[in-house]
Amino acid sequence: MSLLQVKNLVVEFPGRRGTLRALDDISFEIAPGEILGVVGESGAGKSLTGAAIIGLLEPPGRVASGEIVLEGRRIDQLDADAMRHIRGRKIGAIFQDPLTSLNPLYTVGRQLTETIRAHLDVSDSEARRRAIELLKDTGIPAAEQRIEHYPHQFSGGMRQRVVIALALAAEPKLIVADEPTTALDVSIQAQIIQLLKRLCRERGAAVMLITHDMGVIAETCDRVAVMYAGRVAEIGPVHEVIHQPAHPYTGGLMAAIPDMTSDRERLNQIDGAMPRLNAIPQGCAYNPRCPRVFERCTRERPDLMPAGATLAACWLHDATDPHIGQAALAAQHERALAEGERAAPDAGAPIAEMNP
Amino acid sequence: MSAATESAGVAVAAPALVQASDLAKTFDVSAPWLNRVLERKPRTLLHAVDGVSFEIERGKTLALVGESGCGKSTVARLLVGLYEPTRGGFRFDDQDAHAAFKTAEGRKLRRRIQMIFQDPYASLNPRWIVEDIIGEPLREHGLLSGREALSDRVGELLKSVGLSPLDMVKYPHQFSGGQRQRISIARALATSPEFLVCDEPTSALDVSVQAQVLNIMKELQRERGLTYLFISHNLAVVRHVSDQVGVMYLGRLVELADKQTLFAAPQHPYTRMLLDAIPQMKHTGRARTPVQGEVPNPLNPPTGCAFHPRCPHANARCSAERPVLQTLRGVRVACHAVQEGRI
Repeated sequence: MSLLQVKNLVVEFPGRRGTLRALDDISFEIAPGEILGVVGESGAGKSLTGAAIIGLLEPPGRVASGEIVLEGRRIDQLDADAMRHIRGRKIGAIFQDPLTSLNPLYTVGRQLTETIRAHLDVSDSEARRRAIELLKDTGIPAAEQRIEHYPHQFSGGMRQRVVIALALAAEPKLIVADEPTTALDVSIQAQIIQLLKRLCRERGAAVMLITHDMGVIAETCDRVAVMYAGRVAEIGPVHEVIHQPAHPYTGGLMAAIPDMTSDRERLNQIDGAMPRLNAIPQGCAYNPRCPRVFERCTRERPDLMPAGATLAACWLHDATDPHIGQAALAAQHERALAEGERAAPDAGAPIAEMNP
Repeated sequence: MSAATESAGVAVAAPALVQASDLAKTFDVSAPWLNRVLERKPRTLLHAVDGVSFEIERGKTLALVGESGCGKSTVARLLVGLYEPTRGGFRFDDQDAHAAFKTAEGRKLRRRIQMIFQDPYASLNPRWIVEDIIGEPLREHGLLSGREALSDRVGELLKSVGLSPLDMVKYPHQFSGGQRQRISIARALATSPEFLVCDEPTSALDVSVQAQVLNIMKELQRERGLTYLFISHNLAVVRHVSDQVGVMYLGRLVELADKQTLFAAPQHPYTRMLLDAIPQMKHTGRARTPVQGEVPNPLNPPTGCAFHPRCPHANARCSAERPVLQTLRGVRVACHAVQEGRI
């Protein structure tokens, strides 16, 4: 059974000029011990999905419909008090900026023991022993002394280690990590990702890793969900999503990343920008930027459907559609991509026969 | 176009367009005078940039990479004259730039050197429309007069960065991050500069938008023969845009090499570490053992080679004697281990 199920989640922000739908019908599952990556550009709804799961949506944002089920129990309708017991105990959270995640007025040790004692029935000295143990596990040297220090006495990388220790303090089953390495330098980034991976594997905790860095996703995750304009565009095993993307957006996103192994003059770019929430186009939200758009895309909105090894929300993969020829072309395009055609300067240009 | 063709002929004989020699900047971060007297605290000096030398040929791109606090941005600010160097200097087109900045003639020089900043949200005045933002350098330097001529030129500049001339009546908040960064590029191009200093121009942008901005920058370089100093912490981006790469660590250059050489055969252990730290898309689920440790406090840098506490090849000499940048194995590198052939 899956640890976390998100079913048809809709998050809305009521406003004076009407209601904005920020997350639109999102469904996915996380298995125990699994690492699910969530990627997308700014404003795609990645962080909002994480916030909805840990029950920290900023008002007036609210879950308008859908369900969030953790270990067989619905958690999206719990009151603030009940949610407080789940947060920390069942779901740990790691945020982007380690400095604002820690209270500057309390020592690191006090924050850790407070968290441990709030969720677990242990004595003060036992909590302190566990806190030191956690700091040692996260690779903080001289943990016995460091536990008395304040957050400002730690460097950025060390602070993020403390935040990870805090998230793991009550042994949660799921960690929601929202851009945990974005504020850190590359050499520290690698250390923190390794640490997060190792600790979660040792403790059997599942991770929802939200990031915009595909490299981090590729190295860390088991599965990945690609989000676009508040919806899941594609979800599947990480290797398949990266190397044989089924959704044109995923393909474009991958090709836009400067690659350490290819020498092309121009990067593939996706023209335009993600639509604003109050101007989501009809049909598929990606259709104005999509190089392979056809008539149906501007009319009907696709749901996730099987596309090779992954699920993609794209009409190119609809087996019952009269445009079935599109799927064959898509497969051809994917093969070409796999063979390194992405180095070609016009790989992102519209394919002539794709136009209606 | 003519600038580009000229430069090809000139670059062979003439000195490089940009020549920085022994550039250094020290910031005084001491406690206030009264505290120093009462508490007997010594002066505290932060050596942000400590003797950096490099050259950039006309029409080429030098990239500076390094982690936060290594002095990359200070170098950028020294080159555009936002800071006075504490030591050393910088020659632009064979004249002493920092001496010239102080004279009336310096205005002409500033016209030829422009800068693109990291954060497109902070670097555009939110209360000005795009026409005023891009037109400001033109008015300021007295290059064009008359509303008509000015807005024609702004329209041209907007077109050259892939925006529409109709956008000039809008305010910055009406644009996305990538479009704003193009506006700052258009502003930097307004005075027809020859040298652009780009301080992390794409690190605030999403990858698909980053690709748009990098493509525009490369096209402009090809069309106008621009020279770039490109500062970034992202080695994949650097590999895409640069001709030469300088790696900085705690205010000093530790390696300076051609792009191909640096990425194919990195010499300095720090360069090797940086390259190894990049997550690779090709290897899904690859396990790595990252180098341990962090950048030391620049107020209290380690003795000898600043990298020795994190270096797997360090020995007694590395902790005592500071290596100098010298030509070894065909590249400029500052490392005892490379010099002695230990690695």
